[in-house]
Parts: sequence; C-alpha cells; structure tokens
Amino acid sequence: MARHLLLDRDNVASAQLARAESTAARPLNLHKERGQREVFCGLTGIIWLHRKMQDAFFLVVGSRTCAHLIQSAAGVMVFAEPRFATAIMEERDLAGMADANEELDRVVDELLARRPDIKLLFLVGSCPSEVIKLDLSRAAERLSLKYTPALKVVNYSGSGIETTFTQGEDACLAALVGQAPEAALDAAPSLLVVGALPDIVEDQFRRLFAQLGIPKVDFFPPRRSGEIAAIGPNTRVLLAQPFLGDTAQKLAARGAVRLSAPFPFGAEGTTAWLQAAAEAWRISAPHFARVVESGRIRAKRALEGPRETLKGKRIFFFPDSQLEPSLARFVTQELGMIAVEVGTPYLNRDLAGPELDQLDPETRIVEGQDVDLQLDRCRAAKPDLVVCGLGLANPLEAEGFTTKWSIELVFSPVHGFDQAGDLAALFARPLVRHARLKV
Amino acid sequence: MQLTVWTYEGPPHVGAIRIATAMRGVHYVLHAPQGDTYADLLFTMIERRGERPPVTYTTFQARDLGTDTADLFKGAVTAAYERFAPQAMIVGASCTAELIQDDPAGLAKAINLPIPVIPLDLPSYQKKESWGASETFFQLVRNLAPKGEARAPSEGRRPLCNILGPTALGFHHRDDLIEIRRLLETLGVDINVVAPLGATPDDLRRLPDADFNVVLYPEIADTAARWLERTHGQPAIRTIPLGVGGTRDFIAEVVRVCGVDPRLALAEGASRLPWWSRSVDSNYLTGKRVFVFGEANRAIAAARVASEELGFEVVGLGAYNREFAREVRAAAELYGVTPLITDDYLAVERAVAELQPELVLGTQMERHISKRLKIACAVISAPSHVQDYPARYSPQLGFEGANVLFDTWVHPLAMGLEEHLLTMFREDFEFNDAAGPSHLGHGSAPTPAPSAPVEAAPSAISWTHEAKAELAKIPFFVRGKATRNTEQFAVQRGIALIDLETLYDARSHLAR
Repeated sequence: MARHLLLDRDNVASAQLARAESTAARPLNLHKERGQREVFCGLTGIIWLHRKMQDAFFLVVGSRTCAHLIQSAAGVMVFAEPRFATAIMEERDLAGMADANEELDRVVDELLARRPDIKLLFLVGSCPSEVIKLDLSRAAERLSLKYTPALKVVNYSGSGIETTFTQGEDACLAALVGQAPEAALDAAPSLLVVGALPDIVEDQFRRLFAQLGIPKVDFFPPRRSGEIAAIGPNTRVLLAQPFLGDTAQKLAARGAVRLSAPFPFGAEGTTAWLQAAAEAWRISAPHFARVVESGRIRAKRALEGPRETLKGKRIFFFPDSQLEPSLARFVTQELGMIAVEVGTPYLNRDLAGPELDQLDPETRIVEGQDVDLQLDRCRAAKPDLVVCGLGLANPLEAEGFTTKWSIELVFSPVHGFDQAGDLAALFARPLVRHARLKV
Repeated sequence: MQLTVWTYEGPPHVGAIRIATAMRGVHYVLHAPQGDTYADLLFTMIERRGERPPVTYTTFQARDLGTDTADLFKGAVTAAYERFAPQAMIVGASCTAELIQDDPAGLAKAINLPIPVIPLDLPSYQKKESWGASETFFQLVRNLAPKGEARAPSEGRRPLCNILGPTALGFHHRDDLIEIRRLLETLGVDINVVAPLGATPDDLRRLPDADFNVVLYPEIADTAARWLERTHGQPAIRTIPLGVGGTRDFIAEVVRVCGVDPRLALAEGASRLPWWSRSVDSNYLTGKRVFVFGEANRAIAAARVASEELGFEVVGLGAYNREFAREVRAAAELYGVTPLITDDYLAVERAVAELQPELVLGTQMERHISKRLKIACAVISAPSHVQDYPARYSPQLGFEGANVLFDTWVHPLAMGLEEHLLTMFREDFEFNDAAGPSHLGHGSAPTPAPSAPVEAAPSAISWTHEAKAELAKIPFFVRGKATRNTEQFAVQRGIALIDLETLYDARSHLAR
C-alpha cells in the first residue's frame, strides 16, 4: 500500500501516524465486566435491516417474547406493512406433538401466499430455537430447494444468548456472504462497503468513490437481493460499522482483503476511512485531498456549533451497539468532549484498533456489563451526558442526568461528511434542551 | 407455530413485571437471556416512568448454558436482595429459561432469605401477558394475605373496600383510579387498599380488612378477587363503570353490597354525555357502524356505550384474550353479531375490511388497521402506545370518563354537516372524502399501500362504466360496504353485470 502518501497536513497525517504506530498494540485501560446486561438481543437489527433490503423478509422462529421485543423496540410500530414476522413456537411444538420442521414449512407457505413478492427469506434463530436446537440451516436448505429459483432462504441467529444488538446485523450479513457469487480470479479490483447504511449515505459515498476514481464500488447488503456483488481475492473490503467481525471473517475466507481504518464518523473518521480506500487504489495524495476537501470543510463547519455546546463536557457511554469506541473517538477528538467511561458490549480490538489508538490511553473502557455497578459508577462520576439505552434513559433523567438514547445512533444517518453535523447534534441536543427548558 | 406480525399481548412474564412495577417494595428476579431486558422500556418509554422496573434479569448467555446458569440465578437473587432490600420477592423464568429448567423456585428457596420469596410458574408457551399479570397478583395476594382472623365488625363505621386491578402500563389506570376513588368517597365508602398500583406487600396483608372488593380490571384482578371471596368472604363488584349506564350500574351494585345512599353520587349533571348525545347536532351519529375490539371486558363495556349512549350500531365485537371469551359471546349475541375471539392481528384486519365500519374502537393494533383502511379509529383498550398515556387528566371510567369517551370517540368522525357536503359535491378538489375529516388536518396524507390479504375474494361480477362512476359519488367511508352489498344483491339475483338499475335496486332493497 502506498504508505508514502501524506496529505492534508493536519489531522489526517497524525491519524495515519497513529495508525502506523498502533501495530505495537498499545496498552488500554480496559476492564471486563460480567453481570446483568441491559442491552437488546440481535433480533433488534431486523428493525433496520428489513427496510434496507426491499425484497427480503425476516421470519423469526421464536417465542411470543421475540415478537413482543421487535414490536416494542421499534418504538413506534411501523404503520407500513412490516417485512418481518415471528413464527411463535407453542407448547405443542416443544412437547414434540408437532414436528417443528413441518410446522415451519406450513408457516413459510402461509407467509409466501401472503407475500409472493419475497425473493430472499431469512429464517432468524432465537434463544428458544437455539436452546431446543432447531436446525434452521437444514430448514433453510430444504426450503431453498422447494422454492428455487423464486426464493432463496438463508438462516442466521439473532438470539440473545449469542448476539447483542448490532451483532444481529453481523450474523445476518455473515450469512448473506454465502449468497454472493464467486468473483473471477482475474476480476478487476472492486471495493465492497460493508454494513447497512441509509440510502442517502450510500449515495454520498458512491459519489465520493467515483470522484476518487475507484471504478467499481458495491454496497453490502445491497438494496435488492439480486444485486449481491461477486466476491473474490480482488475484492477490497471497507467496513462501515465496527460490529461486523464475523462478516469480515466470512469475507476474508472468500479471499477478500479488509482495509483497516477508523470508521466514517465526523470529518476525521470519514477522511481516514476514505483514505484507506484511496491508498489501496494508489490514488495520488493531491487528488485525494481535492476530492475530500469540500466535504471535510462542510463537516468541520457543521461541527462548530455543537462543539461550542459540547467542548469540555464529560460523557459516559453505557454499552449498546459496539459503536461506542468510534463515537468516543469522535466526541473527544472532534468535539472536545472528555470520555469518562466507554462501555461496549464486546470489543473487537482488531476492528476497533484504529479508533482506540486515538483515544486518551487513560480512558476507561469497559467490555461487557454489570448494569447496577455501572450505574453506581455513573452516579459517582456525575457526567454531563450519559449515552444509554431506552430502559435507562428516563430513570437517569429523573435522577437529574442528561441522557442521549443510544438507539438513535444506529437508527439515523450518521456516517460521512454530510452527516457529521447531525451526529454531533444528537449529542448536543439533550444539553441544549436542558438549557432551554425553564420547567 | 403461529405466524404473527404484531402481537396483542406480550409473554406472561411481562404481565408479572407489570405487577412488580406497579407495587412498592417488591422485587422480581427473572431468569432470562440478555435481550429480555427490552421489557424495561415499555415502562420507561411508553409509560414515561422515571424509575427502572424493579427487575433483575440474570441475562445468561450461550457460554453459561450447561455450566453455571443456576449459580447465576442464585447470585442474582442474593445481589438483588442486598441492593434493593425489598419486602418481598417474586422469582421466575422467561420463555428461554423455562426450557433450561433451572428451577428458580427451588433455588430461591434454598437461599433462605428472611423475606417472603414467591415463585411464579408462568408457562410461556401456553399463556400470555394478561394471564401472567393476573396469576402474579393472585400469587402475591394468596401468599401475603392468608386466611386469618375475622374482620372488625362493620357497625359504627363507614363501609370499607379495596380497589383491585390498577397496574403499571394499564390503559388510563392512573386517572380511572382518581375518578373511582372520588366516586366511592362520594358514596360514603372508605378505601382500604388499592392494589397492585402503589401497594406494598404490607398493604396486601391488610386486604382482608375490607368489606368488599371493587374489581376495576378483571383481566388483572379477577383471579385474586375470587380467591379473596372464597377465603375472606369478601364480595366482589365486577360491573365496570364505563359510560353513564355502566357507572350507574356500578353505583347500584355498591349500594346493594353495603347499603350506602346513592343520591349524591347520582346527582344530576354527573356526566355531560347524556345531553351531548341528545343535542341535535349528534343526530348524525345515529346508526354509525362501529367495530369494537380489545381486551374482553373493556370491549363488552365499550359496545354497550357505543350502542346505548351514542346511538351507534355495533357491527362487530371481539377480544384478543380468551379468558373472558364466554362473556364476549354473550354480548355479541345482544347485538346480533358474530363474536371474533382471536389474537391474530390478520384475522381482525380481515374482519374490519369485510365489515367496512365507519368507526373502529380498538387497540393500538386496530389503529394500524384503521389507518391502512382509512377508517376512523379511537383506542379503547390496551395494548396502547405512548400517545395513550396523556399528560392531561383523562379517565375512561366513571362519569368524567363518560365525557372523555364522548369526545374521543366522536372526534375521529367527519362532522355532521361536513358529511352532507361531501356527499353533495363529490368532485370538489380540495374538500373531498378521500382527504379525511377536515378538522383532523392530515388531508394530504398519501394513501398507504393496502396489505395483500385484506381485499375481498375476486368476484365474477362486473360493473358498467356508468354504475362504477355512480358508485364513486358515494362517500369513501361507505363505498366499500355499498360495493359489497350491491354485489351480494346481484349474486342473489343472478345478475352478472351491475348497471345503474341494479345499483339503485340494491339500495332500495337494503334500505327496507
């Protein structure tokens, strides 16, 4: 890779330098914690995934709890026809009175009669289906054969015993890798951007990559199931989300090469992320600087307002989406905040490395959770802003804390230059609101 | 397996969480995988509670299975006792923990805590949320208020009652309670304990002191009330004071049970609903076709109000909870409709599409259905959503509740004269039926795509161009019904092509 390219003298250069040093695995102030977790399970990812892939359908094979979780976590139930449903297991399924596979086939028939437009069906495993060892991969094979070529059936697990929140997307995308065609060994190099991004963000990135001169760029997952890009040794993978470890492994097994980079949050994160691709394509530094300049300037300008509000404020992250290290990097480096504690449900040091390298080495990073102990620490630390899940936000507000619900960070467009201001505003708004209210 | 898009009720342990959250001094240790903690947000977000529900979830993971999930549970019980110092604890399993069979009851007992620890057996794959709430409340009452000495004699004091049923995440329970408390006090009845909402385990121990029980929400408190009736000889009042008639009946029953004087409580002007309904501008409400669906007891009571107090025609009645199916069937017979007892959202959607009512009185689910089918809707029952937890005082029960019902059920409808104008001038580009009632101000909302299964079966009948055009002159909200009736009329007479004649023949035939 073209290491000699140094561009945009200020931050990019220092970020690159930091990245180069990071190979020496800096010690972290890392604590592992185990206890009650206040997090969603992987099924929750269906809420955004089902809107991303327009001809896909998600059928959870689970309990009433699973169905209730998805509709409750959606916050407002989607008025449009949802492209997900639950096959609720009942007593007779568990007692062996009904053959689970026959039942599943019947439910899928019923579903397809209702939604003949489905091209890709995900059978999504849950805690109960995992515990009773219902083999959904065999069911997927069987159903794929039965409905070929009109429908493909893929399975993954979104169960809470195996996945935390965004790991559901990882499991889903890892399963989807199997559906990607094999790229020829002599195929032209292509860039694969991995992670479900809002359509508008995808379009912005597509334009930037085109301007940089990267001719073939695909997004994974695609908007339609028939558009899955071919994968092979000439595929270069750029992860758009830090929680896609399994997917990255599956792609590597297909020969694809991952480009290590910070994640595209804020002006710096986005620049470094784009730069990783630019370097792989040996794009000249001046050209890269020219292409990203206007976006960088816009992003930095958009950060000025929120920065005024957030500078010097202390922030405490409860674990939620695995975005926490990246967001901590963004709010400390680009908004001048001080991270008191960065909780994350799971820390993939390989993927998060370039972000961790840019955090203050003293920052307390906590992997896993014991929610009661963490609440004690939060109360003792008295941060100015607490980033936490929906179950904790109002109780902490009632105690006098200012909170930001973390789910919004995965539900709204926050990647890239033109969303940097929006991302910063998500952190600033609760503080602005508190200052504004006189009641 | 049951294919489910939306579900009316959560699992039974969510019902148990509703009871624990409603009470004070109770802690629930739930053996459950991570993810089940989503239940907290029902209370902190939908109901906007400022406290975490008093629940410790063991949140076991795959790596814990087969090794130490039982230890995990015991550790959680001990830690919860030390941290939260509850007066009583309930313990149980969620759906996944039920499968791994760790026996929370036995494990908790072995710890030997110095407080009552009440095990819950809530079969997740058979039962649902309301049942879970009811069973949990019953177990708490049974364990904390066992058979004891006789009540104090009732001479020389005012009658004393308990109000049973108000709970966390209840549909307007907060305000109903204020209303019914006031009504009982006006009647000269004192309140002993309200439970589960706001009650402590010690309060439950005092339940037997009351002369009788008021069961405001049978889906939560009926099981406990029956046990109290058997064990402590407390009669239960089960009439739901919904609407003016329901409230009057409720008062009559209180009088029957404890002989108080009803005159003050029944005083004229207790509710505005009777005059609002008799006011001439309400004439247009007469015979409006209404579909009622929700929690069984509430749906039955709402159908009565719709029919007797607003002059609507009940064209459909149903409930999602089977525990009170018999009562729903009996009520449906009253209105000559087929009862719909199902927790299948899709079946309800089909019924609404088929019946083409002008108003749906339902739950959050029917709000979806009505929005999609462009039918007016008011929510009368749980499950509900954040907008059903209003900041203002808004009871459903009692005389003030009747006022609220009048307002909320009439509001979604097009107003009387507006309806006429819509019928007279069909082609007005900015004032037409497809735009919805003008006072609701969302006229430009695009028509949502209909879901696949709601259309009626394709018929072999066709319409002449003229007849089709004439049909379009009928307001949107009755067009579906008119189409169906005309086609049925044609089928009965062997007519394959509907023309203007058929259309008007059918109309006069059906008007008889």
